[in-house]
Amino acid sequence: MNLDNLDRQLLNLIQSKLPLTPEPYKELARALGSSEEEVINRIRGLIERGVIRRLGAIFDSRRVGYTGTLCALKVPPERIPEVAGIVNRLPGVTHNYLRDHPYNMWFTLLAESPEELNAAIEEIKRLTGIEDLLNLPAEKVFKIRVNFELEED
Amino acid sequence: MLTEREKEIVRVLQEGLPLTSRPFLVLAQKLGMSEEELLAAVRNFLERGIIRRFGAAVRHQDLGYVANAMVVWEVPPERLEEVGRMMAAFDEVTHCYQRSPCPPRWPYNLFTVIHGQTKEDCYRIAKALSRATGITSYRLLFSTAELKKSSMKYFV
Repeated sequence: MNLDNLDRQLLNLIQSKLPLTPEPYKELARALGSSEEEVINRIRGLIERGVIRRLGAIFDSRRVGYTGTLCALKVPPERIPEVAGIVNRLPGVTHNYLRDHPYNMWFTLLAESPEELNAAIEEIKRLTGIEDLLNLPAEKVFKIRVNFELEED
Repeated sequence: MLTEREKEIVRVLQEGLPLTSRPFLVLAQKLGMSEEELLAAVRNFLERGIIRRFGAAVRHQDLGYVANAMVVWEVPPERLEEVGRMMAAFDEVTHCYQRSPCPPRWPYNLFTVIHGQTKEDCYRIAKALSRATGITSYRLLFSTAELKKSSMKYFV
């Protein structure tokens, strides 16, 4: 992946300081000494290349009213693709990673209520036939940081 | 709790900001509200913490943060608060959560995500955290594959 200085400056700005004004791209252009059209084209390019996953509101699921948890499943290696298919089909599963541990499949699960969350967990156990599932809800958040400063060349 | 109207705003905002000169106007029209009203609603959501951040979500793996490890720690319950705060203060720690353990299968109750340039970096950072806090029972779990990464769709 090749990011030039303008890409990097733009990414640094729009990770946290996307202007909440009627013409945000024009304002970014002003800050970068560029044009509105160029800023829009650059952002579109970064989205197409997968550098930007999404642009806009990043919600706090708990404050939105959802309940979430982190689950880990012990999946026999030969069943990973099949089990991943079952787990990933649930709309409340947003992240799913394989990790180098006997509990090898780690996914986050969100639901509108604790009852629905428990129902989803039971559904996963039932559909996969795997009983050994860790349900690890967060009790306290000490830190979430998703912004990174990109160094300019 | 969000009102029905607020849920509608969440539904429209989660589609992302359009790449056009007046993006808030485009979304406001879908909601039957004015551009100014939508901007005020976004500011209100930010103040209430419903929107954590308004901006770009970036894939960090593409930006040179190649190694990230989930490091899990077994912390005596009476030290959780202190140790959680200490670990959160480290720059390399991007996430730090206290979670209920599932003993005896899973004794770990503090979860951190650390980002480094290499795996060795991550081991070094974990060792530094261990030394700083005196917590010696811990494990690093590296991700070996990303099976799903998506944004949650609320109220669908």
